[in-house]
Amino acid sequence: MTLLQIRDLQKSYRSPDGAVQVVVDVPAFDLDARAQVALEGRSGSGKTTFLNLIAGLLKPERGSIRVDGTELVGASEARRDRFRAEHIGYVFQAFHLLPGHTALENVELGMLFGPGPDRAFAQHLLERLGLGDRLGYRPPQLSLGQQQRVALARALANRPRLVLADEPTGSLDARRASEALGLIRELCAEQDAALLLVSHDDAVLGAFEDRLDLADLNRAAAGVTA
Amino acid sequence: MSVLGSLSACWRIARKSLRQHALSTAVTVASAALASGLVMSVFALTTASRDAFAGGETGYDAVLGAKGSELQLVMNTVFHLDTSPGNIPWSLYEEAKRDRRVESALPYAVGDNYKGFRIVGTTGELFTDFQPREGERLELMPGGRPFDPAYREAVVGSIVAERTGLRVGDTFLATHGVTDAAGPEHPGAYTVVGVLEPTRTPGDRVIWIPIEGVFRMEGHVLSGTGERYTAQAGVEIPDEHKEISAVLIRTRGSGAGRMLEFDIDQGDQATLAWPISESILQVFEKLGWVVMVLEGVAVLVVLVAAASILASLYNTMNERRREFAVLRALGARRRTVFGVIVMESTTIAGLGALLGYAVYFGTFHLASTIVREKTGVVFEDFAAHPALYWTPIGMLVVGAIAGLLPALVAYRTEVATTLAGGGYG
Repeated sequence: MTLLQIRDLQKSYRSPDGAVQVVVDVPAFDLDARAQVALEGRSGSGKTTFLNLIAGLLKPERGSIRVDGTELVGASEARRDRFRAEHIGYVFQAFHLLPGHTALENVELGMLFGPGPDRAFAQHLLERLGLGDRLGYRPPQLSLGQQQRVALARALANRPRLVLADEPTGSLDARRASEALGLIRELCAEQDAALLLVSHDDAVLGAFEDRLDLADLNRAAAGVTA
Repeated sequence: MSVLGSLSACWRIARKSLRQHALSTAVTVASAALASGLVMSVFALTTASRDAFAGGETGYDAVLGAKGSELQLVMNTVFHLDTSPGNIPWSLYEEAKRDRRVESALPYAVGDNYKGFRIVGTTGELFTDFQPREGERLELMPGGRPFDPAYREAVVGSIVAERTGLRVGDTFLATHGVTDAAGPEHPGAYTVVGVLEPTRTPGDRVIWIPIEGVFRMEGHVLSGTGERYTAQAGVEIPDEHKEISAVLIRTRGSGAGRMLEFDIDQGDQATLAWPISESILQVFEKLGWVVMVLEGVAVLVVLVAAASILASLYNTMNERRREFAVLRALGARRRTVFGVIVMESTTIAGLGALLGYAVYFGTFHLASTIVREKTGVVFEDFAAHPALYWTPIGMLVVGAIAGLLPALVAYRTEVATTLAGGGYG
């Protein structure tokens, strides 16, 4: 069953000199429910923009993005926000945890805009990720690997159907990256969530059976080299 | 998400942020509290002072005194402030007493003090006829009694007793002049025979002695007939030589008061200040612009507090842009992050308004204590005043408005470009 269906998607930016630069031009892309796909995205290939479009954070000039049967492109920003809160989890390379909030509060934050706070589930996720003794720690008091796990727990807090991960292990060393990747895949499988991960790290990409080159997918990125 | 859920989410984030910026929050709350308290104090104190001075019960509604300023007459006899505008012959007191329009009349003669507290000569009717409030009589504390007109005896007001330490059985020497406590003393000690229970009127600051004592005080010269006359020991003073500062009058209703005022003011010998409250209200009307300036300053302080709320929130916007972008990425709507900031500014203003009550109570208490000390006039304790509920409401509105600009910054945060910067949040 197709969870994510993208057709004729195009997004461009206007550069400071006024020239229009097409960053994303994807004719077609499908992702099945519970699938785990890695997109190889070199620098400048438009990978973050692509994920932001799917998450509804950006609006394309044209095209169609359908997630779980809901068309996002024509939807209002508020509708996209609500949909994102309820159906999409997002893991950033820089984690983007709020430094003044504890690990538990950061996870609960993700729930505020979705189905509502569920402290027990937030705690369960963190415990599942080995952070049961770090619930009250703030991000600066956590290691990078621990921060990454908190970010993962936050992305999964609303039991999303789709998890987008943008270079999720980019800030970690090889050993921690491997551990983190394993956890991401494990938890997505546990939660029945599809995973669309973008990375330029061969070690990460190599762990996936389903692997695509964003340059093949995105006509705007064709010819971009690492 | 429901409106309630949205508000709950806003509140959780706003509360956290206020805690995170505790120092800045505390400072802005304090400025809002000062502003709120100041506004409530200015408005409430203006009304309280007007009510206390112009509407407070004094036991009489008119004052008969020397031709001149009604205000000076009232200030001198009712509030025991200012100097006497001059004396009137005793015969005017006798006439007033006989007048059918007058319910009761009490002579009032002043010229001396003890430690700055006025010594006022009057008759024993002070204890039998005078009603500080409708249906009430002056009460003496246990162990005291009214003065005997035949002796150098005194009854002191409660504040006098409190401040000077005078107790029943104590003696004191009167000092010449109504305010100068360092002036020459009159020989002939007075004995305190009673201390009055507090009346919460200016009378609490007075030392009452028999009026004969004022006439016979060494150094006092009477000129009731226009000629100088000095009282001699053992010799009765002819009425035509007696003179007094004023007569305190309780009229038989407003019609009687009006007629009496008309008759007396027609003559060239005396002035009748009636009704007393009118003279005081004239002062407040004359000082109306001062009150307006004070109210204007108070409102300006509120605006300054609002500006400080705006500045404190606005200054954090740069560092918080990423926080808003993260919240938006998690599904928060623009209006949610907008609401967070408005909620923060409104909370600061609300906390300020609550603490403003403490500022108001403190200011009111201090002001009423000073006024009581200086005049004996007692303000009604924390009487309900519209400013006490309008000010907090106004503070909340001003606080919400102050949050609009920073909220707009939060509202306009672009998620993708802001998060591209990296970092914790």
